[in-house]
Parts: sequence; C-alpha cells; structure tokens
Amino acid sequence: MEIKNQKSKIENLKSAIRSLRLATWLGWQIESNWTDPFLFAVYSIVKPIASALILVVMYSIITQNDFGSPLFPYIYLGNAFYIYVGAVMVGVSWAVIDDREHYKTLKYIYVAPVQIPFYLIGRGVARFITGSVAVFITITAGVLFLRVPFDLGAVNAPLFIVSLLIGVIMLAVVGLILAGITLQIAQHVGFIGEAVAGALYLFSGAIFPLDVLPEVLRPIGYIMPITYWLELLRRSLVGSVAQAFPTLARFSDMQLLAILIALSLVFALIAIFVFRYCDRRARERGLIDRTSNY
Amino acid sequence: MQIQKNSGWRLFLQTVFGRSYPRVIGMQREKSWLFFDLVLPLLPIAAYVFVYRAMRAPEEYVGFVVFGGAMTAFWLNVLWAMSSQLYWEKEQGNLALYIMSPASMMAILLGMAMGGLFATSLRAFIILIVGSLLFNVQYAVVSFPQLLLVFLLAMTALYGMGMMLASVFLLLSREAWHLSNLAQEPIYLLSGFYFPIKSLNFWVAAFSSLIPLTLGLDAMRQLAFPSGAKLGFLSVEIEIAALIVLSAIFLAAARVLLAYMEKLAIREGRLTESRR
Repeated sequence: MEIKNQKSKIENLKSAIRSLRLATWLGWQIESNWTDPFLFAVYSIVKPIASALILVVMYSIITQNDFGSPLFPYIYLGNAFYIYVGAVMVGVSWAVIDDREHYKTLKYIYVAPVQIPFYLIGRGVARFITGSVAVFITITAGVLFLRVPFDLGAVNAPLFIVSLLIGVIMLAVVGLILAGITLQIAQHVGFIGEAVAGALYLFSGAIFPLDVLPEVLRPIGYIMPITYWLELLRRSLVGSVAQAFPTLARFSDMQLLAILIALSLVFALIAIFVFRYCDRRARERGLIDRTSNY
Repeated sequence: MQIQKNSGWRLFLQTVFGRSYPRVIGMQREKSWLFFDLVLPLLPIAAYVFVYRAMRAPEEYVGFVVFGGAMTAFWLNVLWAMSSQLYWEKEQGNLALYIMSPASMMAILLGMAMGGLFATSLRAFIILIVGSLLFNVQYAVVSFPQLLLVFLLAMTALYGMGMMLASVFLLLSREAWHLSNLAQEPIYLLSGFYFPIKSLNFWVAAFSSLIPLTLGLDAMRQLAFPSGAKLGFLSVEIEIAALIVLSAIFLAAARVLLAYMEKLAIREGRLTESRR
C-alpha cells in the first residue's frame, strides 16, 4: 500500500513537470511565432520602454530633470521590475481566455492527461522569458541614458537572485488565483490580470513610497508580497536608494526575505483553495468551453 | 417576432442599431463590468496621481491624470472593440456571415462604434466623476459648448480612425492582437494621457496629433483647467480645425479602405482563415 502511494506521488510529480514543460514550450510558440525574431524583439521591448518613459517624462516635467534625487531610481527600478508582475501574473491568467475563447482548446486541455494548474503556470513561463529581456533593457537604458545609479561591485547578487526567484514563483501563484476567477467570467473582462496588475501598481509601492498613500490604504500594501519583493530587489541593486525612504527601513534584508517567503506561502495556500473551488464550479456550470463576444 | 425586411438607408440604420445593440445590452447582461470597468481603471489613475504627489507636483497635474485616465477608456475601446474586432469576428466565424448578409459593412462598423461609444462614454464619465471627487480635482471650464464640440469631434475622428483600422485589421491574423496590445502604452506616452503633450518635443507632439485623442485631450484640458491654456500645445481653435480635418479624413479613408480590403480579403480567401 505504502509503495503504491509512493509510486502514485512520483507519477503525479512527473505529470506536473511534463505539464509545466510542454505548456512552457507551447506558450513560447504562441508568444513568438506570429512574426520574425527581429520584430518580436522590438515588440517585446517597446511596451515596457514606453511605460517607463511615461514616468520619466512625468518626473522630468515636475523636477526639471533632477535625475540625481533618490526618488528617481526608486520609481524607475520599481517600474522596471514591475514588468514581471504584468508578464507572469497576467500570462498565467490570460492563458484561460486565450485557450477558452480564442483557440477554443481549453476543453481539450481539460480532457488531456495534463495537470491544469501546472499547465497554466507553464504558459506564464514564456512571458517570464520575454519579460526578463524587457526588464534588462529597461534597466540598461536607465543606467546608460538616465543616470540611474548602479555600481556593479555594490550589487548583492545572492540576495537579488533569491528574491527574484521567490518573487516570480509568488507571481505565478497569484496568477493562478486570477486564472481561477477568469474561469468564471466573460471574455470582455479578460483583462482581469492587467487590471489587478494595475491595482497592485498602486498598493505595492512600485512607483512611489507607500508613505504617500493615505494611511487607511497602506495596510493593503503591507499584506502584499510584491511590496517586499520590490524592496528587496531595489536593496540588492542600489541599497542606498532604498534606505532613503522610511517605509520599510526598519526591516533588515533577512527580515524582508522572511516576510516575502511567509506571504508567498500564504498566497500559495489561497491559490490552491481558490483554484480548486473555481475549477470545480466551472466544470459544474459548463464554463470550460464558454465563449462570449459582445 | 416578425422582423421587417428593409433595404437602402432603412437597412443601413437597422444594421447600425442591430450591431450597437449587443454592445449596450451586454452591459446589462454582464454586471461584472461595473467592477472591472469602473473600479479597476481608477487604480492605475490613482497610482499616477500618487506619483505626482510623491514628486510634489502642482495639483492641476492630478486633474490632468484623472482626465487622461478617463479618456484611456475610449482608446482601449477603439483598439480592442473596433480595430481588432473584425479579427475577432473572423476567429469566431461571424465575419463571413456579415459579408454574406445584405447589410453594409460600413453600417456594421458604425453600429460597433456607436454602441461602443455609448457604453464607453458612460464608463469614462463615471471614472471622471469618481476620480475627480476622490482627488478633489478643481475644474474651471472656459466654455461648455466648445468643450462638448471638442469631445464630439475627437470621438468622431477617433472612431473614424477605429473604423479605418478595422478594415486594415481585416487582413491580419494573430498580428492584430499583438498590434493592438502594442498600441497601448506607446500611445499613452505619445498622446500625453498623463502629462501635457507640450512637454514633448514639438515635432513629436505634432506627429502624435495624428491620433485624434492627442489634440482632443489637449484642447479639453485647456478648456477645463485653470492653467490648461498655459500648458496647451496649440490654441483650441487650431485644434478644433485639425480635429474637423482628421474626422473627415478618417471617415472617408474608412469607407475607401473598407471597400478595398473587403475585396482583397475575398480575393485572397482570408475572410474565413484562422492562422493560429
């Protein structure tokens, strides 16, 4: 009996890895094979660069090009890393709309020997790859042309890598919650991932310190793992900038990391329950092959 | 229910009504839009407001963000529910049915535009009101008739542009989705949704003026905010004249291009293709 259970667990794990791997490959093909590589590269960086430039223009108008202020790298780096939020979180939840309404293949995926949560997360991995290129180019442009302070020798590489890795897993998990909700709703609100990403942009202190928010709204930022994740990334790259703002100054790097891990685990648990519930409800109500086009 | 058979202009109007109906009635059927279309767009607007506050910007910039943020609803509607709509219709299998029916494609596009404009105006108006109340935006409207005129002209030109793009998108497959996706943030940047367009280089601002919302937004800000005129790109009169020209060009181009693209799509067998 014990050996049988063990075998079943190994089989499940193998199935999860296979679902993730194949969905990653499929996601990459869908993301990239609609055009030639050059155009795809341009497409992948124009959006994030434009998004960063909106903030740069706003900043330069108000501060008369005072790029030396710590606020500028705070905004710029927060915005650059926030690309991952849009990419991974939206990538996972958008896969539901894409497969259900566009390709009409979600029902076939459901009847295939695939683990749906891992399949959806795999679809987000392709966006993580393109997102990484965009993050790299955005930060490089900031360092080269906009005087974002960056000293390679002062970078805390281990902290950066660990934070990035935990953060990306956390974003995939949040994406899974949204994917579950997306299973319940119509296509015209298919941008739920982007909408939530927009909401978190406000509460996570991505582009302004949380102290600027009204006091009553700040707790929302404090329970979001993205807040700590962005702070850790900023600290690992340009520690002096992060220290200029009092919001999370009382926490050490290790404390922030511990909070990030704890909150990520909480969100992972929520994701398991929410996705299971939404998945069962969608099956019961026949929402798996729903199409809605107004 | 007996449906009266019409032809000529009656059929045109019936088609416009028929295609705009689901756009408007969809709002009643799917109540979730109240949350997704009203509450969530306010959050990125709020984010930009707080960025300005973190920079200690003058308060009128907060008003600019709320105004620009409300207007993004129209751009998104034109992009996703006009330009790329025929691509979606193709993917859903409806496009061939449209072409086969005796209804004019121009009427179908106009119906989409009017239904979308009505629904989006309602959303944008609510976003504007709520945003203004939340952030205590102060308006000083110079002329209500001019403000209304600019809005109507900007919408005519914008939806004319959407109709024109829809005909171009008729030939596209998956590229349509990606092009629409690509035309969000860069247009927010070039059209000055969150800052006065005057802040950009003159020639960049002039080029951006090909997008009707650029001039529409700039003129409306000049007419609605105390310091709007000081931060305006061109005078309101010139911007009104430019919007009239843009409206005429885009509507005429939509008609010509639609006829051409429809023929081309039929000849090349691309009305029912689905390159996935």
